[in-house]
Amino acid sequence: MSNRRTFLKTLGLSSASFVLGVSSFAKGNAVVNMSTDPMSLALEINPFIVIQPSGQITLINPRPDMGQGSTQAVPSLLAEELEVSLDQVTIAQSDGKGKYGDQTSGGSSSVRALWTPIRQAGAAAKEMLIKAAAQRWSVPESECYAEKAKVIHRLSGKSLTYGEVADDASKLEIPKNPKLKDPKDFKIIGKYAPRLDVPARVTGKAVYGIDVEVPGMVYAVMLHSPMIHGKVVSIDDSEALKIKGVQKVLKCERPMPHRTSEAVAIIADNYWAALSAKKVVKVQWDNGTLGQTLTTAAYFKKCAEAATKEGLKAEEEGDFAATFGAAAKKLEAVYETPFLAHAPMEPENAIAHIKDDGTAEVWAPIQGPDWALRDLAGYLKIKPEQIKINVALLGGAFGRKAYHDFLLEACFLSKDVKKPVKLVWTREDDITQGPYRPGMMARMQGAVDAKGNIVAYHHHPIGESIQFQVFKAPSNKPDDWVCGELSQKEQKYNIPAFKISYTHVPTEIPIVWWRSVYASNFGFSQEGFFDELAHAANKDPLKARLELMSDARFKKVLETLAEKSNWGEKLPAGQGKGIAIFKSFGSISACCVTVAKQGTGVKIEKVVSVIDCGHYVNPDNVKAQTEGNIVMGITAAVKKGITFTNGQSDPTNFHQYQVMRMNEMPKVEIHIVESGAEPGGVGEPGLPPIAPALANAVFAATGKRIRRLPFDLNTLASV
Amino acid sequence: MAAISLDINGKKYDLDIDPKMPLLWAIRDVVGLKGTKFGCGMAQCGACTVHMNGHPTRSCVLPVQSVVGSKITTIEGIGTEENLHPVQKAWIDEQVPQCGYCQSGQIMAAVALLKDKPAPTDADITSAMQGHICRCGTYDRIRKAIHTAAKSKSPKGEMSGGK
Ligand code: FES
Ligand code: FES
Repeated sequence: MSNRRTFLKTLGLSSASFVLGVSSFAKGNAVVNMSTDPMSLALEINPFIVIQPSGQITLINPRPDMGQGSTQAVPSLLAEELEVSLDQVTIAQSDGKGKYGDQTSGGSSSVRALWTPIRQAGAAAKEMLIKAAAQRWSVPESECYAEKAKVIHRLSGKSLTYGEVADDASKLEIPKNPKLKDPKDFKIIGKYAPRLDVPARVTGKAVYGIDVEVPGMVYAVMLHSPMIHGKVVSIDDSEALKIKGVQKVLKCERPMPHRTSEAVAIIADNYWAALSAKKVVKVQWDNGTLGQTLTTAAYFKKCAEAATKEGLKAEEEGDFAATFGAAAKKLEAVYETPFLAHAPMEPENAIAHIKDDGTAEVWAPIQGPDWALRDLAGYLKIKPEQIKINVALLGGAFGRKAYHDFLLEACFLSKDVKKPVKLVWTREDDITQGPYRPGMMARMQGAVDAKGNIVAYHHHPIGESIQFQVFKAPSNKPDDWVCGELSQKEQKYNIPAFKISYTHVPTEIPIVWWRSVYASNFGFSQEGFFDELAHAANKDPLKARLELMSDARFKKVLETLAEKSNWGEKLPAGQGKGIAIFKSFGSISACCVTVAKQGTGVKIEKVVSVIDCGHYVNPDNVKAQTEGNIVMGITAAVKKGITFTNGQSDPTNFHQYQVMRMNEMPKVEIHIVESGAEPGGVGEPGLPPIAPALANAVFAATGKRIRRLPFDLNTLASV
Repeated sequence: MAAISLDINGKKYDLDIDPKMPLLWAIRDVVGLKGTKFGCGMAQCGACTVHMNGHPTRSCVLPVQSVVGSKITTIEGIGTEENLHPVQKAWIDEQVPQCGYCQSGQIMAAVALLKDKPAPTDADITSAMQGHICRCGTYDRIRKAIHTAAKSKSPKGEMSGGK
């Protein structure tokens, strides 16, 4: 914690205070933007806690809420130690400034990364408030305690509100080692509590990025290159400019981390005028050879070639080649997973205002204001202090809104037109332009000895690397984001000969992380192939897994799953069950899928998921996130992914990029294993086991092994 | 451009806009009611659902000129935090929303369903709701919340609340 105790200056009447709709929620438990919050006389006890003499308490949530519940989860950690309840406070979103530390919602990291430091911030503030009150009363601190935003003197019963002692408290030294509560004394953490932001989300009052308006803004629509990296040869805007409200058609750019593409934009008084103009602007593109090179078929062909060769070795335990060579039964298979769009329901959008004085202000639904600050400063070549970021609520993100192409596009346009520009991508932009979850391949090898033991296992992931494409990491060593999770260290199976390799196959199709990142690709190959090995060893898939496990948490999750899913029960004819278990983002999740034969395919009857995420904040939110992971995991397994033919994405909107709907929803059940371990992630770990458990269930019911996603539930064929 | 007269949540709006502008953009950007959302623009996702004379309708593909004379209701006309519609209350009780972006549309569909069928079966719910995408995957809770709302009828046996 920093040692600053600043009287924040009033920001109340900056231009930002005229912004419509930044105060996202109406009530006391509001999420407000710092810029509109009247902070005069506010006392910043530490960067995350601001107490006004009036008693109003503002807690700063450094992790943007994209639906994963961070608006509740992170302030709960603070409130628990500070001894306030969430309905007594206002919650504000951080703005990317360094004093708030890491501020990116991603990697299921909010609670597990902040578990200790944010609680320490709360506990330190509480100790300072208690000390200030004790000094005021001239009593020992040990006679005082805090409760519900008050300091209470135990003996006399007298009390002071936090507001009354905040000024004194803010002048005290910040304790270096504040005492954290024993988990058994938690009042908020680990308990069910309704999320206070829900009422605003069911009454149309929650303000998402797309809902923000600022004075003097104009609307923009992008006309992206259909082949993503094509060059603009000519623009004919004669028809477009006849449309009332259309101000300008201009050549611009789409800055992506791996390259900047040329693009065209339409600026108009209103969004509909801009959209109408988009239909009649004629752009001639020079696509070079993109028609031949930017195809998923060409990419997967290269992956398939790599699957016939050895990769770069990431790790090896025992002697894989020798064990494999000498084994009684050898299995080899290739698994494949498609490119996928995130398709958050709120399309990408941003308002940027590059001002005459060289400063910039943006309003956008983004996952990480700290990363955005870095990207904006780099792109605009100005200092972070000259940039103000207002994070709006995110209508879903799943990794997409940590990629700032749309934000930088808006900056380019605002610089040109010298006004605030509100850019809203269409769904077609979202689906056809990427970035996507990378499509990946995996070559699997494994062996069973004469006694039926699984003795050798080799997982060889193949495909594009996010670290390489987005972060420009060298490609001459195995990608540890891919291989780390598959490592024996993270692994539950004690297999004597164990090897991980990797082959990098680059593509110009933009990629980025997608809910659970590579675990969503390689959880499928790992757990699908393990099922193959179990069958080759003539073992029950659950017993085969348990046999090779020594870690108590893994075992407990699997045993819980066996019990809750009634594993081993006699199933009606035509039904089958499959299981899978995978650890990602510090949490272990397993699931059991039941399918029933239906015509030439299967119907998904039920999904039982079990998660051990260690300490958690709200059990209901753990369940909600796991439910979401079931839906997204099934969608990823059975709905058409993103394919590129002749340089262009084949699907363009939800009629072609289908996602699961209500009529396809199986029964679901979620169970939490109470391990009391260090907190793990919640937003993503439920996803990786879904596809392999489904594929294993299909095998159990029909004898057909699914190794390539997506597959059609009606025919079981790859699509 | 033309003068278009709209009746939204019982209020009259005279707007000078392109008669072909979809109702969605008139509601959001001209009238300024932001609760109705844009998800696809081609009647695929349901995020933009409003009621037209009580029937759930996709506002993203509906030119404003075709709704002149109709009564339009948006999520803002269903209920407020202070005066929740039973469907909104059920949504809170079941903690349905994750990001919440799709939920205005989901709620508009559910309100219309319950008006039509006060005690819907699972099959009724599926058929009324399957046009609505929730990318966060809240379908199971939406189903539960609709059943909860159905059970929470006012003594008069009517869905009440809101205006
Ligand atoms: S925005 Fe109208 S149905 Fe999707
Ligand atoms: S709650 Fe996020 S899309 Fe439905």
